[in-house]
Amino acid sequence: MSSIDSAFLIAVFRRAADRLEAERQALCALDGEIGDGDHGTSMANGFAAINDHLRGMARQEATPAAVLRDAASTFLAEVGATVGPLYATAFLHGARLLEAGDLDRQQIGRLVVAMADGIKARGQAELGDKTMIDVWYPAGHAAIAAAAEGGSPAEVARALRMAAEQARETTVTMIAARGRASRLKERSLGHLDPGGASAAIILAAIADTLASAA
Amino acid sequence: MQRFLNDPDDIVDETVAGFVRAHADLVRLDPGNPRVVVSRLAGQQGRVGIVTGGGSGHEPAFIGYTGRNMVDAVAVGELFSSPTAKSFHDAIRAADGGAGVAVLYGNYAGDNMNVKMARKMAVKDGIAVETVVANDDVSSAPLAEREKRRGVAGEIFMWKIGGAKAATGAPLAEVIAAAQKAIDNCRSVGVGLGPCTLPAVGHPNFSIAPGKMEVGIGHHGEPGVRIEDLKTANAIADEMTAIVLDDHNLPAGTEVAVLLSGLGATPVNELYVLFNRMAQQIEARGLVIYRPFVGNYFTSLEMVGATLTVMALDAELKLLLDMETACPGL
Repeated sequence: MSSIDSAFLIAVFRRAADRLEAERQALCALDGEIGDGDHGTSMANGFAAINDHLRGMARQEATPAAVLRDAASTFLAEVGATVGPLYATAFLHGARLLEAGDLDRQQIGRLVVAMADGIKARGQAELGDKTMIDVWYPAGHAAIAAAAEGGSPAEVARALRMAAEQARETTVTMIAARGRASRLKERSLGHLDPGGASAAIILAAIADTLASAA
Repeated sequence: MQRFLNDPDDIVDETVAGFVRAHADLVRLDPGNPRVVVSRLAGQQGRVGIVTGGGSGHEPAFIGYTGRNMVDAVAVGELFSSPTAKSFHDAIRAADGGAGVAVLYGNYAGDNMNVKMARKMAVKDGIAVETVVANDDVSSAPLAEREKRRGVAGEIFMWKIGGAKAATGAPLAEVIAAAQKAIDNCRSVGVGLGPCTLPAVGHPNFSIAPGKMEVGIGHHGEPGVRIEDLKTANAIADEMTAIVLDDHNLPAGTEVAVLLSGLGATPVNELYVLFNRMAQQIEARGLVIYRPFVGNYFTSLEMVGATLTVMALDAELKLLLDMETACPGL
């Protein structure tokens, strides 16, 4: 069984950066409905910066935790907004998990949940507040459950992707209680959470990397 | 709207570059971070440094309040987007003169998190950092939940008072106390008549129907408390004044500083039309206008609209408000 190594994480970041770039305008438009319209810019630029930075890293020598720590410091230097500190903290929590010991790829859900814990610790949001953790946690838990049932990497990947997509749609039914959209209260109902939408893109990149490596 | 635009992605860098060229007598760029604007007098030994920061698109805020007896260093974010933690950290380092740094900023989720992370980094450098979070926007939450309110143009008074207090040589705790008192004594409200557009997005972030206005609108177009039919200037002035003063509940005879700012696309003459009525309304409540400011002090790209801020004064605040200052924004 292969573990989550630096090459795996670098592939995830490359895939996520490409897809966030492709969805830049769509994410800005979603954010324009209930926020201030900059979410696509922050995410696409932030992941592009990580990708550029990782290209300069000697990937053979870098541990997977070092890749995540590097991603965190890149986000803190390059991305402001709310997503800068939120994802930086997610990457740091992920790094801490991987420093504690190697993680098999089927156990990707544990890494996803560790990152969700980081986002929650930084942003102080609760589940149901219509934020990105409403997508990160269900996806992570679905992947953990699939692995516990003895699922193959492809099956874990499928569970992760499906749960992320479903959770993203569920944010439409939530009333925002955190971030700028929270000032809208009930008027945020019926809108997709932009942070949840970009989370689903990143989680799909993780799932597809897992599936293609299997 | 037709714009003066090159590549939308370069607009913040070009804004900062032009600003620094225009005001080179007062400010410079941080040599290590092009998203930090620094007063030429920053880092004076033994004097508390004043730092702020926020998204771009609010010019002259935030960079325009860098200068003498004002803000020492400003972290610059993308349009309507909090600066990075690293930029706040670099601004803190640039402002530090050994007596600690007061970070005076607005209550927004991104700024809160980035300042918190920057403070942690600066404390590791051995710099004492304390913060004041502006929450003067009456319409963004009830008075009982004041900690949830957004910071808007009252931030200018917070910087003015904090900067002046630091200029007296006061220690960090006293600078923080003065800035906190300034913002505690501020109440603001915004009214929007037309939306604004982030150039990179290309279409308005929100819409205001013809013949309507949004009362309580935020600095980034955050929806207000209600949408009403557009009224006459006097009726709007009355409504704005009532919202601010009802929340303030000041005893008759209180002296106040008043700041009426356009949101970007409202002609300045209309601000004077509003102010003419607002001043009458404020005085009719028995308050005394000690010092008014009318102009484009804190904008939101090309939003049509205005914000009214009223700060209650005491002897200390009057003294600090009157201290001589030099910055592009005031």
